[in-house]
Amino acid sequence: MIQAESVSVSYGIHLALKKISFEVPSGGILGVVGPNGSGKTTLIRALSGVLPLLTGHIRVEGEDISRLAPLERARRVAVIPQALNLPPAFTVWETVLLGRTPHLNWLGQLSEHDRQIARQAMERTNTFELADRFIGELSGGEQQRVLLARALAQAARVLLMDEPTAHLDLRHQLNWLREIRSLAHHDGFTVLMVLHDLNLVARFADRVALLVEGHLQPPGIPEEILTAESLSNVYRIPLKTVLIGEEKHPIILPAGY
Amino acid sequence: MKAGHASHPYVFSSLLLAAVLVLSIAVGSVFIPPAQILQVISRRLQGLPPDSALLPFDTILFSLRLPRTAMTALVGAALACSGGAYQGLFRNPLADPYLIGVASGAGLGAVAALTLHWPRALLGLLAIPLSAFAGALLTVLLVYNFSKIGRTVPTTTLILAGVAISAFASALTSFLMLRAGNEIRRAIYWLLGGALMSGWQPVLAALPYILGGCGVLLLMGHALNVLQFGDEQAQQLGLPAVWVRRIVIVAASLATAAAVSFVGIIGFVGLVIPHIVRLIWGGDYRRLLWLAFLNGATFLLAADILARSLFAPEELPVGIITALTGAPFFLWVLRRAKDQTIW
Repeated sequence: MIQAESVSVSYGIHLALKKISFEVPSGGILGVVGPNGSGKTTLIRALSGVLPLLTGHIRVEGEDISRLAPLERARRVAVIPQALNLPPAFTVWETVLLGRTPHLNWLGQLSEHDRQIARQAMERTNTFELADRFIGELSGGEQQRVLLARALAQAARVLLMDEPTAHLDLRHQLNWLREIRSLAHHDGFTVLMVLHDLNLVARFADRVALLVEGHLQPPGIPEEILTAESLSNVYRIPLKTVLIGEEKHPIILPAGY
Repeated sequence: MKAGHASHPYVFSSLLLAAVLVLSIAVGSVFIPPAQILQVISRRLQGLPPDSALLPFDTILFSLRLPRTAMTALVGAALACSGGAYQGLFRNPLADPYLIGVASGAGLGAVAALTLHWPRALLGLLAIPLSAFAGALLTVLLVYNFSKIGRTVPTTTLILAGVAISAFASALTSFLMLRAGNEIRRAIYWLLGGALMSGWQPVLAALPYILGGCGVLLLMGHALNVLQFGDEQAQQLGLPAVWVRRIVIVAASLATAAAVSFVGIIGFVGLVIPHIVRLIWGGDYRRLLWLAFLNGATFLLAADILARSLFAPEELPVGIITALTGAPFFLWVLRRAKDQTIW
């Protein structure tokens, strides 16, 4: 479980997040959507504890993360960043093992236990067969899976994802999000993901919140939040929604298509 | 390139180092056969007076060859180890104590200590490395801050900032030397480099700085590995990235400064050796820094053997050899960086 209470963050005089409050329960998936520059990446950075907060508190399982040492924090919250600028000379195996960092001493001595957890994380994410490959040789989608494996090796209960499907094709997007859903619903991980694709959010997030110019609107179920009216306002283009399938998933389209 | 082609990198590197060490002690104006070297050293170790027949060898070994070999090995190890650490720190394959201007900064500090009278009176032989250390640290901080764009350090700005600050430091160094009057001989002697200083005193003075600096670096392999993913991911993995940076900068600058203050500015060791190590044995810094340490010593010893035997009895400054081999390698790395297979 992760809770944000009245969280504000500023870059210099620019207020990037304004009094944000929300809660994601264990086993829940919160999708955060919003236009470019609305503060989505800042939100991920703040929740992972690498940005100082101007106001407010972030609590993970009730503990204020600003009071935790970096290692303690990293044992509770893992981030799956966008697969950009990864050091190409590391092998997949070495990269996933680095996920064990918060559980190691500063020399980085690994035990058999650490290796076993890393192996399990790789099996879970279908990256085990890539173990000896260099990251630089992998496709964007494979790199993204390696980063998920690293986060799972970190054994944190809260997973924060910044645009995890940005480099994936349709099939891999769906596989990825199914995997995330299974991690949340079956294994009880707390997931917060920032996504650009409104239709994927509508289908895979339990709850959705709109982030607009640093303000987070109250989260709700996708059908309530992702309405043509509110989205047209937020993105400043006319949009329409179509409900499809028996489950009435909303599909968001630019009006006129 | 796959990691782990050679299965025993430490054994291989140590044997190579041992061979070059023996060669470095044996080769010179007088060749001393390895058997005699052993005899002389074992008599010394047993506390016996030197064998009268071997007395000339004893003198050559203990006042010239051994200290020179020890100094060269230490300096090569320090430059390669800190070069590898700078590369990890900047996340840039072309970071090297020479190219990024740290060596010039250290040189300025050393010349300042040699020519201005204030510190020597206070600290004696320690003044040179300490002043070089201050120069090195100042330079690396300047270069880092000038070349940083956002959260990365691109090669172009890194090299440009290094060149600019290096030129500035060299100009100040020349100015100090011209103003120095009687001290200029000492400063030029130093600047010519090579392990020309003989005797054990400089070795003992450099030893704690080099072993201290490299010792810290050798423990930072895991932290540097994590840092390769960028400061932010490193922090999210629980690493105090800012502190790791500070520790690595201080330790690498200390080792560089100690090397520069006793043998002058020797380029390219810190670039070439970590690169070769990375090509053969992969980019894991826990291994890379150790292997750079060992092979850096080997490389500079080999260069020094060439420097004193190519045109014997005249000696070339060892920096000429390292530059003649290192500069083409540098150009090759630049070309190769285009297809980004290693970085």
